[in-house]
Amino acid sequence: MHSPSPSRTSGATGQPAPAPIVQARSLSLVYPTADNRPVTALSEVDLTIARGDFVSLIGPSGCGKTTLLRVIADLEQPTGGSITVEGLTPEQARLKRLYGYVFQAPALYPWRTVERNVMLPLEIMGIPRAERQARAREELQRVGLSGFERKFPWQLSGGMQQRASIARALALKPDLLLMDEPFGALDEITRDHLNLHLTQLWRSTGKTCVFVTHSIAEAVFLSTRIVVMSPRPGRILDVIDCDLPRERTLDIRESPEFAAIAHRVRDGLKEGHSYDD
Amino acid sequence: MSRETTTNTHTTSLRTAVDWGLVAVALPTLAALTQPIGARGGETLGWFGGSLAPLFLIGAVLTVLAGRTAPTRIKGAWTELSGIVLAWLLPLHLLDEGVDLSAGAGVWLFLVAAILQLWRVLGALSARPGWTRSVLVPGLFGLGLLIAWEILVRGFQVPAILLPAPSRIAGALVQHAPVLWDDFRQTVLISVLRGYLMGCGAGFAVAILADRVPFLARGLLPLGNLASAIPVVGIAPIMVMWFGFDWQSKAAVIVVMTFFPMLVNTLAGLSSAERIQLDLMRSYAAGYGRTLVKLRLPNALPFLFNGLKINSTLALIGAIVAEFFGTPVVGMGFRISTEVARMNLDVVWASITVAALTGSGLYGGLALLERATTAWHPSMRRR
Repeated sequence: MHSPSPSRTSGATGQPAPAPIVQARSLSLVYPTADNRPVTALSEVDLTIARGDFVSLIGPSGCGKTTLLRVIADLEQPTGGSITVEGLTPEQARLKRLYGYVFQAPALYPWRTVERNVMLPLEIMGIPRAERQARAREELQRVGLSGFERKFPWQLSGGMQQRASIARALALKPDLLLMDEPFGALDEITRDHLNLHLTQLWRSTGKTCVFVTHSIAEAVFLSTRIVVMSPRPGRILDVIDCDLPRERTLDIRESPEFAAIAHRVRDGLKEGHSYDD
Repeated sequence: MSRETTTNTHTTSLRTAVDWGLVAVALPTLAALTQPIGARGGETLGWFGGSLAPLFLIGAVLTVLAGRTAPTRIKGAWTELSGIVLAWLLPLHLLDEGVDLSAGAGVWLFLVAAILQLWRVLGALSARPGWTRSVLVPGLFGLGLLIAWEILVRGFQVPAILLPAPSRIAGALVQHAPVLWDDFRQTVLISVLRGYLMGCGAGFAVAILADRVPFLARGLLPLGNLASAIPVVGIAPIMVMWFGFDWQSKAAVIVVMTFFPMLVNTLAGLSSAERIQLDLMRSYAAGYGRTLVKLRLPNALPFLFNGLKINSTLALIGAIVAEFFGTPVVGMGFRISTEVARMNLDVVWASITVAALTGSGLYGGLALLERATTAWHPSMRRR
């Protein structure tokens, strides 16, 4: 059994490590069920996410990767252990709007134009109209949707809708971006394109990203660290550093370094599965 | 334009084949020629028995020929439509001449041919999108029904007490316009409007409350089922006893009828927001009120309009029925009940017409408003 190394702040840099943006200590979440056989969605999860990291949570369905992300976002409450986000409880962090969340589906409101969808969080924050619009335009431009401001979401393709939902999360200007399989429903070509886009966006904004996926290639391509998870109960098997250069193109997927990391991830996932077989 | 030309070449090549639709029109026309067109002064009257009937016949045939040689199918349809109008005018003309149509199998066969031809024309016209399809075709259809009603009632001399001809109802509408307007004002502008606003408003408000207080929803929904089964004729006399003869009792009946449909629809609409959309609002730290205004109410709009539309017709029915049980001497329900007793059926039919037009007007207005405000909904989308 691997013992997951929760932190890499103990690097030999000599610099004092900056405060982690997310820190979970023996976090667990048990769902009660109707048939009195509670489901353990998370078990003894220790995880530290450093500022500026791109962390992927990978694992088969039911391994608790989405649950972990939702606990960070205070959309679920853990039943044991502790977790801090920016040094606060997840609830405080949510109330201070410290993260942006991108869901599996775009979840754009069909009665609002694309621009007004991106302005929605800013409206709720009470930001004045002129600034709302300026920020929405800026973020839409960042995700390559200039010229689509007045369109309705249902007039856009699936990939464009998901880009709009990323712009909406970015409009909050959060340091922490939580993404739950955002490209899971898209075709591979669109997905490659959006992955490239996302990695450039991450590099240029310096945000911390936590990204849930079940695609090994996607995880290796995007991440600085990959958290391999396993189901029943949901737990962390391995944390793999992904030390490819930060500036990445799709070609990097052909390199031996990429293959080596992907291989490690696959091995980790296999280990988790041997329990069930 | 280019689309029209392509359809055209297509139909032209088809037209060289046998047009079975036209055969179906021609057969009853030919059969009609063998039959008399009616009786005058006790003698049967043939097609060429000295009336203007041959002119109508020739005119109609000419328009069919002209329609088939018209440059486009649509222009042809318009030409053929004029022929149908001519065919419809024939029985009206004969009736004005004092001809008894009940013995005129020829005219009826001719009308069957005209109906088949109308079928063909409407088929051609409904291929054209826009106003032609959405307004003109249903309009022509309704007009056709009205004319058929007119001809049948007059041709077979149905007593006006059983069913007056549309022209007679229209006459009564004009003749009794001031009375009907007073009734309309009392029933629709006073009772229905107030009761409708109160019933729908209360249903909406209680739904918002019940959404906050779950036991209220659990307690009220079964009551809603009960209330929807209450017969209006049972509740109306009680309301008249409680609230008196004027609009208040009518409004009370309407509130009883409209409250629960609005409540049920609003609750269904409020619970229709998806989990992911709610999570999104939660991630923005939006409270109950913000989530309600920014997400749940806009999302509930199609449901709200459903309730409003159902209630618009319910309210009208409720007010009219309630007026049977006591009213100041004005109102559509009062008019219907008293004029039936006086065998003044023309006024009754005129009142019914006003009620029907009002009901469809309210419903149509709400449907237009719905289209304007929920154009985003999948059922309304036009890219």
